[in-house]
This record gives sequence, structure tokens and C-alpha cells, in this order.
Amino acid sequence: MISLRKDLTRNKWLYLMMLPVLVHYIAFHYAPMYGAMIAFKQFVPARGIWGSEWVGFKHFESFFSSIYFFRVIKNTVLLSLTNLVFGFPAPIILALLLNELKSSLFRRITQTITYMPHFITLVVVAGIIRYFTLSDGLINDVIAFFGGERAAFLQQPESFRPIYVISEIWQQVGWGTIIYLAAIAGIDQQQYEAAKIDGATKLGQIWHITLPGILPTVMIMLILALGNLMNVGFEKIILLYSASIYETADVISTFVYRKGILEFNYGYSTAVGLFNSLINFGILLAANYLSKKVSQNSLW
Amino acid sequence: MIKPTLGERIFDIVNYLIMIVLIIATLYPLLYILFSSLSDGNRLISFDGILLWPQGFSLDGYKAVFSNAALMQGFKNTLFVLIVGVAINLTMTSLGAYFLSRDDVKLSRPIMMFVVFTMFFQGGLIPFYLIVKAYGLTNTLWSLILPSAVSTFNLIIMRTYFQSLPKELEESAFLDGAGHFTILFRIFIPLSMPVVAVMILYYGVGHWNSWFSAMIFLRDQTLFPVQLVVRNIILENDNANMIGTTTLAQSQSVAETLKYAAIMVTTGPILLLYPFLQKYFVKGVMVGALKG
Repeated sequence: MISLRKDLTRNKWLYLMMLPVLVHYIAFHYAPMYGAMIAFKQFVPARGIWGSEWVGFKHFESFFSSIYFFRVIKNTVLLSLTNLVFGFPAPIILALLLNELKSSLFRRITQTITYMPHFITLVVVAGIIRYFTLSDGLINDVIAFFGGERAAFLQQPESFRPIYVISEIWQQVGWGTIIYLAAIAGIDQQQYEAAKIDGATKLGQIWHITLPGILPTVMIMLILALGNLMNVGFEKIILLYSASIYETADVISTFVYRKGILEFNYGYSTAVGLFNSLINFGILLAANYLSKKVSQNSLW
Repeated sequence: MIKPTLGERIFDIVNYLIMIVLIIATLYPLLYILFSSLSDGNRLISFDGILLWPQGFSLDGYKAVFSNAALMQGFKNTLFVLIVGVAINLTMTSLGAYFLSRDDVKLSRPIMMFVVFTMFFQGGLIPFYLIVKAYGLTNTLWSLILPSAVSTFNLIIMRTYFQSLPKELEESAFLDGAGHFTILFRIFIPLSMPVVAVMILYYGVGHWNSWFSAMIFLRDQTLFPVQLVVRNIILENDNANMIGTTTLAQSQSVAETLKYAAIMVTTGPILLLYPFLQKYFVKGVMVGALKG
């Protein structure tokens, strides 16, 4: 083993190459982590992060006792769980179905088309959602055609979760299949031959061969999804919500954005954000630990 | 060849039907925007029901887009961020990936952990905002470029690719007296064109589609990238006064198609190019899925 000093001299050009990248990570990733300590301070911009006065857990306490606490936690958990329950299996099911298509041309066409919405910016997706859910928009036109009542869906608190989840599936389902299709392609074809000879049905083959074959990939994707559980797509929510549906649409990250960026409650808002990150990180560690125990799959 | 059973045939038919419904559900919203953008504004406003083709035909929406000063300025700003941004992204990502792909450097593993940790834990929106502000980047286009100079995910993709290159190339280059910079830019990068293409696409689409940083960091409207201008047009309807037509009715009609035309002009290029670039994107997902 050579000493660190020797390594630094010998590889000085390599370290020099890494320097700008390191500076980037320190400046834009680690400095904000350091800055997160304003969650424990009465932040005064003129006095800076270090110069502001310590206030301990004051901001956390005022968040925990505020009327928003229960609402934003509930909305965050409900929205992400709904999204996970419906959104996570969707690309797996689609990949299984795509894999069973006999015509490879038709499969390629379907893939090309279903991948497409992934590349559309959220600004436009939010615009489409807005136009389609207007009371004289397309969805209401269809409802009215079948004799239903028109409603301004984006103004109704109870419609927000379905709108969010359905549009999320619309945008991401095709793209999500890529990784599962790759996993399916790696399964040994002889297993299918053997199963066919034993008289397994199509669904039997999917259930007993394909699904177990992609299980490790599914587990890794699930851990990653759980690790992001408390980070619901907040850019999309900001584009879609309005005060009339805060009741169901306001989540921790949008609350942080409003309190911090729009109302300048920096310390308070940072405390709320930090609370969110810690829960998230905790869920990630727990999910990884459980997965390692149950199925030997883990991120590290 | 075993003859398909009745059950298999039913499965196939149902499967094809599901796929056709899915294709329609994916394409229809996009076609709806296209048809609306080509419609006559007045007829579009009074139209009810499922739009299956343009209502009348008019290019007024597109004319309004190309004569809209804010949108044109937005395109210029986005183009600047795109070109300068991607150049910085590529340089930084390849430098980092080259360093991290080497196992003969003592600190490369700890530095890798230092980098990967940022994928799982962040300081949060407000500290990030305050830090960028403290650097004096707010209200400049650099606030859209520098904070996103390296994406950890892309860095890992490129590192994985570099690790797969044969070691012998590097050794013989060393014997010929080449330094690390020469090896990276003369040997590694030319051999990694597929992954470089993936990087350009990922970073490029990212810059083209981004709006949120612009919204929080920029005050000066002449700096707004195109997606932020589009957001203001389609979500806040503050466009009627930007068109400069004479009568209210006329401006309402143009405002209606302008929204859709603006969407087409900002989203269309990606969607048109994308079928040709698809295989690169897919490759990026695959390489990225390998564990770092």
C-alpha cells in the first residue's frame, strides 16, 4: 500500500481533472446541506447563514403544532401511495403484455408511441390536463354526451389525486417498461419450451417464469420508488394546483416552496424540508434493509 | 410448432386490443393540440365535442408565435443555455467519469461515495436557493447552467462505459508518452461516441424542458427561457395583450390558437426527432441501470 501523500503526488493530474467536479458537488450539493442548518436559526439574510441566531427546534415545533402539519403530511403520503399502488405495477404489466405481442413491428410501433409522452415538458402536460379538464373541455364533453353532469375537475379537491395519478401513468408508463423489457430479454428461453411441453398456459408461463425472472429488477425499482416516496412530483403540482384545492393537493414540498420562496419564511420552510428529507432517507434505508433480508436485493 | 390453443388466441386478441386503446390514449392528447393549433380560433372557441380534425384551417396561431417578442427572446435564451450548458455538462461529466472509472487512484472510491450520497440526501429547496443567490447567480442565465453542471446519474452512466473500455489501449498510449488529458479526449471520448450521444440527448432535453429554476431564480423577463414563457401563456392567459391585434374579438381568437401553436413549436422538435434518437435514449437507460 502506498501512502496517500505519494498517491496525491503521483496522480496529481488525475486529481486536478476531478477538481472542478468536486468543486461543483461542494458548491451546489454540500453547501446547501450545510445551509440546511438555518432550520435551527432565525435566518436574517444580512447576517448570513452562520451569523444568524440559533433558535433550536422552534421552527420544527411551530410546524408540528400548525394546522398545516396534518394536512400536508396526509396529502404527501396519500398522493404518493396512490401513485405507487397504481403507477408502479403499470409498466411491469405493460412490459409483460408487450413481450407477448407476436408482431415485432407492432411491438416497436407501440413502444415508440408510448415512450413519447416522457419527453414532453411538464409545462405542456399541465397545459393539456388543464384544457381537458375544463368544464367545457374534452372530458366533460364526453361526460355530457353520456348524459352526465359537467364539473370543473381541477377546482374540485376530490378529483386532484385521480388527475395526478392518471396523468403520471399516461406520461411515464411506456418509458418505465424499458428496464423490465431488458430484464425479460435476459430470461432463458429454454424454460418456456419446457413449460410449454408440460402444458403451461400463457398466464401460467408469465406467472411462473417471467415474473420470477424479473423479480430482482422489480425489487431494485421498488426500493428506489420507496426512497422517493415523500418526493411527489412537486413541479407538476405547482403547475396544476390552486388555493381552491390545497385541501388535497398541497404536499410538503409545495408547502416548502410557498412558505420559503413566496413568503420568505426561510428558516421555517427549511425545517419543513429537512423533516421531509429525513423521513425519505429513513424510508430508503428501511426499504433497502427489508429487501436485503427478504430477497437478497439491495442498493449497496 | 405447437398449434395455439383457444385460450392463447383469446389472450392474443385481448392483448392487441389493449395495445390499440393504449396507442389511442397516448396519441390523442397530442393530436388534439396539433388540430387545435391549426384551427380557426373563433370556430375552436365555439366547438364542443371530440376534435377529430382542425376546425377550419388557419396558421394565425403560428404567425402569432413567431411574431411574439417574448417567445422569440425565450428561444434565444434557451438556445444559449442549451449550447453553453451542454458544453459544460459534457466537459465536467467526462472529467469526473474518467477519474471515477480508475481503480488505481486511492481516493476514487471515497469520492464516488461522496458523489453518490447526493442522490439520496439533499439540503432542500430553500438552502439551495439561498446558496445560488449568495453566489450572485440569481437573475443571470448562469443560474440555469452552473447548478446543473453535472448530473450524478449521467456521471455514473459514463463511468460505467469508461470502465468497459480495454485497459491495453490506455497502457500503450502511456508508453507513447500520452498524459491523462490526451487519453481522455483523444482515446476515451472518440471510443465512447454512443454514450456521448446519450449524454448530449439527456442533458439537452433537460435544458430544453426546464422551467422551474428559471421561475425561482430569474426576475428579468427578457431572460426567461422559452418553457417559462410558454407556461405563462398557457397557464396564466396573460397573452392577449402581447399579440397586438386591433379588436378584442380578434385577439381572443388568436390567443386561443396561440396557446396551442406555442406548445407545438416548443414540443414538436423533440417529438419529431425522437423516433430517430430513441435507440440512444434506451441505451442510456440500460447503461444507467447497471449498478455503479
